[in-house]
Amino acid sequence: MKIILNIWRQKDVKSAGKMVRYEVPTVNEHMSFLEMIDVLNEDLTRKGEDPVAFEHDCREGICGCCGFMINGIPHGPERGTTVCQLHMRHFQDGDELWLEPFRAKAFPVLKDLMVDRSAFDRIIAAGGYVSVNTGSAPDGNALPIMKQCAEMAMDAAACIGCGACVASCPNASASLFVSAKISHLALLPQGQAERDRRAMRMVVKMTEEGFGYCTNTGECEAVCPKGVKIENIARMHRDYIKSAFTYREESTAGGAG
Amino acid sequence: MSSIAVNGGLQRTASFYQSVVGKKVVMAATGFILSGFVLGHMIGNLQVFQGPEKLNHYAELLQSLGGALWAIRFVLLASVVLHIIAAFQLWLLKNSARPQAYVKKASIATSYAARTMIWSGPIVLAFLIYHILHFTTGQALGSQFVKGDVYHNVIVGFRHVGVSVFYIVANILLAIHLYHGVWSMFQSVGVNHPKYTPMLKTLAKIYGWVVGVGNVSIPLAVLTGVIGASVK
Repeated sequence: MKIILNIWRQKDVKSAGKMVRYEVPTVNEHMSFLEMIDVLNEDLTRKGEDPVAFEHDCREGICGCCGFMINGIPHGPERGTTVCQLHMRHFQDGDELWLEPFRAKAFPVLKDLMVDRSAFDRIIAAGGYVSVNTGSAPDGNALPIMKQCAEMAMDAAACIGCGACVASCPNASASLFVSAKISHLALLPQGQAERDRRAMRMVVKMTEEGFGYCTNTGECEAVCPKGVKIENIARMHRDYIKSAFTYREESTAGGAG
Repeated sequence: MSSIAVNGGLQRTASFYQSVVGKKVVMAATGFILSGFVLGHMIGNLQVFQGPEKLNHYAELLQSLGGALWAIRFVLLASVVLHIIAAFQLWLLKNSARPQAYVKKASIATSYAARTMIWSGPIVLAFLIYHILHFTTGQALGSQFVKGDVYHNVIVGFRHVGVSVFYIVANILLAIHLYHGVWSMFQSVGVNHPKYTPMLKTLAKIYGWVVGVGNVSIPLAVLTGVIGASVK
């Protein structure tokens, strides 16, 4: 089958980009979307042209590296799928598609379809962790956890940090990502100790990084390849409001030592 | 980490508000007050269907509240101002968060109401200012304004087709604004539950319809002559 691609080509962070039209005449319906671009890139390389840059790693839908816009939807038209797991059988012969990078101020375009998502890493570094003294493995059932809580934590932890939520959001908000990272810890006993400052610091960092705000449109949860729910965003708001009253800077004075 | 060094009172409030979540909480809290007001205001105004005595008596009752009336007005005005400031700041933030627009962008979950909040809001504000000049202070009604005779003012005011159409359009937009806002404000303050959120979404739809239909019915009733035959 033949697929026509309009791809955003941009040399580097500083250059302006533009849409360029390509035709891929030899697409097999069993190919993944990325394999189709591999075919295009081999062809471009043979012609001495610059291949299309896109990010990818596992190609199993679990690492969070891949992702770009296909016809205005992150990861393309199939729900609950990353672009590497999107197969060409979902398209028709002769389809014309528009491929663009995820767009947000906090996600500068490095080249073509590839963006810099290290803003996510900085948000995690601001509070998305638990501080524990590692030792020998704890006893399996020593910490009682409600089954529902464990499951909700697991659902939030399914977030692979691909950035589709930011890309789809009309406000370029990172709320779904940040709330998933807050929730998967806040729902577990291990996450309680730093719960207040985690919400405070991660929300502040998210704002500083230049992401937008949440208008509860639900666009993010519709495109999330892992089905992370906006229920998590409500939890983030809840934790943030609570932390506004209870958060304390770390201090060496007072206390029991 | 100087930006998150929160100490006392004012500084703490300021830093709460600085984040994107803090601004949304302010939107939600003020939206809660204002949406409660529009429902109460609509129900009170429906007394126009019960005739001049009933409506004018209701207006007198409100005026007799004196200091309390001004306290309510102050809370409402403060809510409007905060709602607008936060909305404006968030709108600026939205524009700066995605400086380069998509060549092609699909929206697969966003409702019409959610997408147009930023438009329905300012139009409702313009309407609100006109509405106060129209029926509270009377400048927009000019020499036809009779202080204290609310019934007369309403009937005379709505006999202008252009004015009534503006009221109807603005109130449909208000209803659309409520359609998204009334459930959204709960989500913004952290209320989301698989059992209750669908109920809140349904409530928001009903709320929008009730306020919209109730408000639109008044200019429509005057235009069609259903009420107001006694006023010349």
